Amino acid sequence: MPDFHPRIIGFLCNWCTYAAADLAGSSKLELPPEFTVIRVMCSSRIDHNLILSTFYRGADGILVAGCHPGDCHYGEGNYYARRRFALLKKVMETLDLEPERLELRWVSAAEGNRYAEVVNEFTDRIRKLGPSPIRTSTRL
Amino acid sequence: MNSIVMKQDASTAIRELLAYLLSSSRVDAVLTMRQVPETGSCDLGLITDPSGMVEAEPFLPVMTANAGQALSSISMSGKRIAAVLKPCELRGFTERVKREQGSFDNLLTISSICGGVFPLEKVISGDLEKLVPRYIEKTARAEAPRGLRETCKACEEFVPMNADISVSVTEHGSLMHLHSDRAEEYTEGFEGERIEARADQSHIDRMMKSRSAAKGKLFQSLEKSSGLDGLVDLFGKCVGCHGCSRVCPICYCQHCDFESINFDYNQPYFQESLEARGALRLPPDTILFQLGRLTHMSFSCVGCGMCSDVCPVSIPVAGIFKKTGERTAGLFDYVPGRDSEEPIPVMVFKEEELGDIG
Ligand code: SF4
Ligand code: SF4
Ligand code: FES
Repeated sequence: MPDFHPRIIGFLCNWCTYAAADLAGSSKLELPPEFTVIRVMCSSRIDHNLILSTFYRGADGILVAGCHPGDCHYGEGNYYARRRFALLKKVMETLDLEPERLELRWVSAAEGNRYAEVVNEFTDRIRKLGPSPIRTSTRL
Repeated sequence: MNSIVMKQDASTAIRELLAYLLSSSRVDAVLTMRQVPETGSCDLGLITDPSGMVEAEPFLPVMTANAGQALSSISMSGKRIAAVLKPCELRGFTERVKREQGSFDNLLTISSICGGVFPLEKVISGDLEKLVPRYIEKTARAEAPRGLRETCKACEEFVPMNADISVSVTEHGSLMHLHSDRAEEYTEGFEGERIEARADQSHIDRMMKSRSAAKGKLFQSLEKSSGLDGLVDLFGKCVGCHGCSRVCPICYCQHCDFESINFDYNQPYFQESLEARGALRLPPDTILFQLGRLTHMSFSCVGCGMCSDVCPVSIPVAGIFKKTGERTAGLFDYVPGRDSEEPIPVMVFKEEELGDIG
């Protein structure tokens, strides 16, 4: 699908991945234009309704990214985020709703290179998947 | 385990026990199913006057409300209550207690090995009267009665998990098993032969066999309802009443997100969606509502079947929640309602888990 430009939303934790995005930018690493960043204060800020609504409102893919386990600015937020993510993935898996359109990654403030890798890889994945049927369905 | 032999049928014996608890002032109130003998009409009732016990039908195979949900707020009134609960109602209540929506402190819980309940349509049609005698016979023989709720046919959790008193009925008679100190204390002075006995395991095994087979069938029948198209087909007729969540013992939120301003659709929303899609279902977000609930609470679903039973357009909501719930709970080896001390999966975590994520 050469003409397909997906809409991808990245919910990035302020304390780590968002800083990594900055670093990647100032290091002039190549980043996909389809990837829109939304800064949140912690990965645990993201609840499932926010993700589901984002799919409904037109996202083809959603990446949640936060501090590595043990490094959450608030201590334990990312452990809870990980459980919630696993639950939503399981629901999507059980109902056959393309769980691969949702991903969680840990990227620290120092990992500008990893950030670029993660974002490029995820964007490629979504480009291959094509438009999300949730975005285009006329029956939702 | 200490057990009391019931000379009469189980309903009569439990009715007598409940009357005894009330008249000896061991409890202030009794929660049980009731039935008006003349008309057959039934409900879930809270009784304080022993004379009201004539209407008590503790094991009526009907669930007009999940009693675990109904018990929630009254269990915190400080009154001592004896509650007759089906195993899934007790599990539903346990899940609520974990969410600080109920308390076991002043409660004596009585449950039984459960044969299942009939859908409410059998009450409406007046068929219940005819069905009950056959139901009692069949369950005593560990056979599956016809016409039960779909999730009851497929329920493998029919043995109460944490009741103070559990009742088992087989062809060889009925027993009241006393599981806790509270049970011993409350039944002290109540007439009946005490013996050392457990529920008949072979009876349970036979029931389990048919339940497991029915569960396999139920889950398989839901296969076609997956994928976005499958869900659209299934929920296309949803009227958006949210009845399924109102009757659910787990959905306790007073201010459900889906009824909040977050999902209050306005002109810009419609315009934007129509520009993007070219067409829209009204009311919108029916499937989003169910996906949100599934993620929020399916791991606690006790498979009581209330949601399917009240759905005005016969969507098999309970089957979907039970099936998905087994998978979500399975992630954390969680069994809803097993133990009131077991925290709900979203309130805890282990550092060393889910290592493949991230
Ligand atoms: S989702 Fe349905 S079956 Fe599950 S506990 Fe709630 S009402 Fe009962
Ligand atoms: S009870 Fe049925 S019609 Fe009402 S909201 Fe639930 S699925 Fe839709
Ligand atoms: S602060 Fe970054 S994940 Fe919690």
